Amino acid sequence: MSTTEESIQAPAHAAPTTKGGAVGYYIDDRLASANFTKRLVDKVFPDHWSFMLGEVALYSFIILLLSGTYLTLFFNPSMTEVIYNGSYVPLKGVKMSEAYSSTLAISFDVRGGLLMRQIHHWAALFFTAAVSVHLLRVFFTGAFRKPREINWVIGTLLLVLALLEGFSGYSLPDDLLSGTGLRIAQGIIQAIPLVGTYVAMFLFGGEFPGTDIMPRLYSIHILLIPGILLALITVHLIMVFYQKHTQFPGPGRTESNVVGFRLFPIYMAKAGGFFFVVFGITVLIAALVTINPVWLYGPYTPSQVTAGSQPDWYIGWLDGAVRLMPNLESVVFGYTLSWNILVPALVIPGIMFTALGLYPWIEAWATGDRREHHLLDRPRNAPTRTGLGVMALTFYMILVISGGNDIIASAFNLSINQITWGFRFLLFILPPLAFVLTKRICLGLQRRDNNKLLHGYETGRILRLPSGEFIEIHEPIGEAEKAKLLAKADVVPMALPSAVDENGVRNPKAAKSIARAKLSQWFYSDVIPTPTDEEMRAAAEHAAHELHEAESHLKEISQH
Amino acid sequence: MNELEHPTGDPYGAKDGKDLISGITVFPMEPHVPRKSDIDPKAAIRAERQVATMFGLSSLMILLFIVAYIKVPADLLITIPVIGTLNANHLAIGFTFGMAILLIGLGAIHWAKKLMPDEEVIQERHALTSTNEERVAVQSSLQRGAAESGFKERKIIRRSLLGALALFPVPLIVLLRDLGPLPGTRLRETIWDEGIHLVTDATYKKIKASDIPLGGLINAVPENLLEIEHEEETLNQRGKASIIIVRMDPADIVSQQGEAWDYQGVLAFSKICTHLGCPTSLYQQRTHHLLCPCHQSTFDLSDSGNVVFGPAARRMPQLAITVDAEGYLVAQSGFNEPVGPSFWERG
Repeated sequence: MSTTEESIQAPAHAAPTTKGGAVGYYIDDRLASANFTKRLVDKVFPDHWSFMLGEVALYSFIILLLSGTYLTLFFNPSMTEVIYNGSYVPLKGVKMSEAYSSTLAISFDVRGGLLMRQIHHWAALFFTAAVSVHLLRVFFTGAFRKPREINWVIGTLLLVLALLEGFSGYSLPDDLLSGTGLRIAQGIIQAIPLVGTYVAMFLFGGEFPGTDIMPRLYSIHILLIPGILLALITVHLIMVFYQKHTQFPGPGRTESNVVGFRLFPIYMAKAGGFFFVVFGITVLIAALVTINPVWLYGPYTPSQVTAGSQPDWYIGWLDGAVRLMPNLESVVFGYTLSWNILVPALVIPGIMFTALGLYPWIEAWATGDRREHHLLDRPRNAPTRTGLGVMALTFYMILVISGGNDIIASAFNLSINQITWGFRFLLFILPPLAFVLTKRICLGLQRRDNNKLLHGYETGRILRLPSGEFIEIHEPIGEAEKAKLLAKADVVPMALPSAVDENGVRNPKAAKSIARAKLSQWFYSDVIPTPTDEEMRAAAEHAAHELHEAESHLKEISQH
Repeated sequence: MNELEHPTGDPYGAKDGKDLISGITVFPMEPHVPRKSDIDPKAAIRAERQVATMFGLSSLMILLFIVAYIKVPADLLITIPVIGTLNANHLAIGFTFGMAILLIGLGAIHWAKKLMPDEEVIQERHALTSTNEERVAVQSSLQRGAAESGFKERKIIRRSLLGALALFPVPLIVLLRDLGPLPGTRLRETIWDEGIHLVTDATYKKIKASDIPLGGLINAVPENLLEIEHEEETLNQRGKASIIIVRMDPADIVSQQGEAWDYQGVLAFSKICTHLGCPTSLYQQRTHHLLCPCHQSTFDLSDSGNVVFGPAARRMPQLAITVDAEGYLVAQSGFNEPVGPSFWERG
């Protein structure tokens, strides 16, 4: 930009040659979008099935927006009581809220209404499931490492919001099952020290259930949380786009490139097509499999309940934690502290989500690894991380299963008390066990990889030598496999700093760095180095020799 | 966007076959293996037809959807093996709509996989950090802005602004005040009182002790609940005042929460779980245990409603009852303690 006159003068352009070009020129004349569009169209994404998990989450969210908007056209979130007079005969003449009665109307009196309701509910289950599995993929492959820590935190926030969004929507029909869930939520809020009763009174407009909660939940569910979700998802995607996607190691893949297919046309067709696949499958399942038949539960009343009350799957772990917690409650200076509620419903989730969000920094601190990472780890090559992940997952799964302890008890005719006690113990026994086992399995797999690199793969061809000895023929692995197996960056644990300084004086500041070095050594303990080039060469020569001998034996045999 | 320079001259940005950043061995890309549809024109035409068929079937499904929407009765039920009984209109429009969408997706993916190029391309990553000069430049710009604003030097402005900004959200919070009433004594009170009749939950009939069989259970509410529900149309009082009445052999009663709070083995307890407020409803007459279906807290009604299992920390409050002159069950007084889940101020 030399002078002002020049900068505002549009450069001379050739005329567009096609109709599409004319449109492009029109837009570019106003937005100078050519450069950006070119980068977008040519952008390369790596290909792997697990990269579709985040896509499923995104597409489910779009389906939720579409189906949810449809539902708002018919749903009435009012708690005013009406006498039902719709076409569902068993509830005719029953007193219920307008929220419940309009849900029945959507289900029975609007053609396609039930389909949309079920699409919405199934999509919500898929959304939370996809978000969770996508999180696991990102965790176990180390995709959260520098420079993607910020996006990991956004992802954690998205998970929390997805759970809140799911629960608020689940509560809206005001049926007996969801009302019971809301009652439990109110009980939890009420137990919060200091402000609990006030928050509960303000949220519900007085005592439970009151007449305000449905309209309030409605604006939270259709405006507040989806708005934040949409904003955060946008940022999440922009960051994936800008930082470029991670890729698995393989031939030609390095830390400084992306190997894959271009957005246009490959991903336009594949990812675009995949949206329709996710949408289509959701609609088919919604058409074929009945979910949340609220008409069977009846309207909510605080004096009734159904046996076997289970929340949707993504709330199951919280429900399980609440079920497992022993009944501790203390009164301090005349105030009640309900540990039996606070620990499982607030403390444990608080710790879990905080640890989840901070994990990238925890690991970076423990390992001292400050490098950028664009090549993904194979889970086996990060045994401690994989072990920690499986440990957390085991803890979570026991809570989910505990959320169905009454179902297990009645299905298998067992004592609910014994099952609950069993899970209480397992909650502390299984996760550490899972950590140790997972780590051992990872290390075993690493050794197997090294064996493959050094001695090739087992062909299954057994040869009997004239001496009577049996040998199995090993063949060297292909280049692609080799590239994958050799992509394990060697790690160096931090050296243990000396507790005394150069003058032999005890250094009190060393305690922290010693602790950190010990953590780093623990994190990288039992490291199995990849074979060196010399080892590989020696092994290759040995294998060639062995193969040669075997072949000459074979020749002898065929000559006879 | 800065593309990474390759001083090494290696197509993968590697040096001596090693990745510059991670140090791992870099292997060259494998040669592209053409698909059948790349070399055999017949296979390509077949793939083209398959894709077009899927798109065509999708359109057909939309036509069928419209027919189904209009023609299939909205109140017809059909039974499908394994899946169960479904509304025919729901099923027909859902199936056609779902298939229409799915076929578009499958067609597009098939198109991409069979007919669009499947040779992987390499793109360089750009550096995710700015250059040192750029960092210094932005720093000096920020410092210039800060200096021009005088934010640092003009302490009075800075402090008064920070004060104003700190206070500005206060009205937003104050405005939330009318969301609901203050707790007051609401959580401690129910509408039970001396002389209030116990009436059945659904039909509001007064109850005589003889109406309850030995080992039986009746869900009940206070008689004055009906007036409140008529006036205010709220379920709040029902959520607190609901009770259960059980009858057991007086010899089975180990203890009660008060002297003679039963009437000839008829006991009344709150129905609202002291854990998180679910209505407890599963009663085992042999053990006199009352189980909450939500989190399996179990209360022994023959022993003061004490907790025998589960996460509930407090016993189930008992309502002292007796009979009026005609033999109908009435409350001796209201509950002696707050019913339902715990709260901070409960004590």
